[in-house]
Amino acid sequence: MIYERVYVKESVRENRDVYTLLFESGIRVIPGQFAMVWIPGADEFPMSFSYTSGLKGFTFKVVGKGTETFSKLREGDSFFIRGPYGKGYMEYGQRATFISGGTGISSLAPFIEISKFSSKRLIMGARSKENLYFIERLRDKVDELIVFTEDGSYGRKGLATDGLRYDHDVIYACGPERMIRKILDISVEKDIQIFASLERMMKCGIGICDSCTINGYRVCVDGPVFSRADLINMPDLGRYTRLPSGRRVRIGDSREMQ
Amino acid sequence: MLQVEISGIRFKNPVLLASGIMDEQGDSMLRAAREGAGGVVTKSIGLTEREGYQNPTVAVLSTGIINAIGLANPGIENFEDEVRRVKEEKIPVIGSIFGKKEDYAFLARRMENIGVDGVELNLSCPHVKGFGSEIGQDPDAVEDIVKEVKRSVSIPVFAKLTPNITDMLEIAKAASGADALVLINTVRGIAIDIFAKRPVLSNIYGGYSGPGIKPIGVRAVYDVRREMDIPIIGVGGITGWEDAVEYILAGANAVQVGSAIYYRGFSVFREIVDGLETYMKKEGFESIDDFRGMAVMR
Repeated sequence: MIYERVYVKESVRENRDVYTLLFESGIRVIPGQFAMVWIPGADEFPMSFSYTSGLKGFTFKVVGKGTETFSKLREGDSFFIRGPYGKGYMEYGQRATFISGGTGISSLAPFIEISKFSSKRLIMGARSKENLYFIERLRDKVDELIVFTEDGSYGRKGLATDGLRYDHDVIYACGPERMIRKILDISVEKDIQIFASLERMMKCGIGICDSCTINGYRVCVDGPVFSRADLINMPDLGRYTRLPSGRRVRIGDSREMQ
Repeated sequence: MLQVEISGIRFKNPVLLASGIMDEQGDSMLRAAREGAGGVVTKSIGLTEREGYQNPTVAVLSTGIINAIGLANPGIENFEDEVRRVKEEKIPVIGSIFGKKEDYAFLARRMENIGVDGVELNLSCPHVKGFGSEIGQDPDAVEDIVKEVKRSVSIPVFAKLTPNITDMLEIAKAASGADALVLINTVRGIAIDIFAKRPVLSNIYGGYSGPGIKPIGVRAVYDVRREMDIPIIGVGGITGWEDAVEYILAGANAVQVGSAIYYRGFSVFREIVDGLETYMKKEGFESIDDFRGMAVMR
């Protein structure tokens, strides 16, 4: 079987353009893993799981035609998945800081819920109040919750990285590459372990097409969660990305996709 | 013991990375070499940048993989850095090119300038209209392209041929002006999802690779070796050292490995290289030439 056909059990609108679709599936998923989601006739794209035990789920922002079609599915509608793929989050040490930027919280959320750290701090960053979600879901699952918005419309004003302290054993990060670059550089300086989930333009999802590769590391198979030992070997991280053609461009360049 | 030379290009072993798999980026090709590949063939590069097809572009089947990536590539003018990265470590690089009939000579010259050790003419991509196997099924076109490219460059020219034809030998003879033949590219096919009730690939048609096509590749190499003395690089469904041995016994001077990276990871190169060496010691062979074509019944 190439895909598993699954049915939407529940669809939730998290905010203006972020949706959650919950569905039943027998697959075993580790937080941080992803699936390729196929909507016949529309598109196929990678999605990190935002719910991994009981009902499975994806929580995603509408960024194009594919995700827009996906967001319109309702209870009883079917879609197709292959996976789970990739390496998920691994528990390391006792005290953990989770840091998310934008929709990075989707992949971190199930890990925050089920991991067994003695102490958990979550630093969430978003552009504005209307871009936040999962605060109620996660508030009671962490010892400390700090929210940043770039415009100050909710929580503290600034970037998630402004809230980093270095008193924990490990940092788990998911968000824009430039945020991860910054956290990586700091964690090297402070000698703290870091695991980061990366996102790149992905085609095959199975480690052969070379689209999502960063400096020889395939996000789909070797990641998407990488530890510090691998991240420090990625000079392109946060600096250069790849277009669907494979052309390497500087991140932030107008020709860049994201 | 494993060293082979094909039209002057020396490979430390005969197990090369095939075109189309993990070879769009310089660092990925380097990784294949570090993990044991004796050389690498680049992704097929054309005149201009191409995004390729919309997903789904790949489907994993029970006996292989079917893909229609759609010749995505950054274009020859954006590819120099990727090749240079590999050449920094003195790895043999074969630059694969595709295009319309009249584009090949120019692309080959550009590849030569960029610094590749040889060019591979993709005359066989089965899933893009007007390119690849549409040209590669026409013996006259193949002959013309090979001649034109040979006239234009001084580095070795390999012709990668399609199995999607009736008579392998006819095309092989048409391409015999090349320094080596690469047999075979993927087999044209369709995969249908029985619950979606439609073809999986957005392009409908794709190229079938992996374990299921090995006998087709071995047959192509065998047929050509029985009649021709030209160097042959065997490719199609090689996932272990036994498969590489089979291709060599059928007459291949070297082999290429691609889809096996899905099945076995990058370590497949080391596994095949080590297995080949053990086999050769056990069977008393001192070089690849000692048993190349041994199974061909004349």
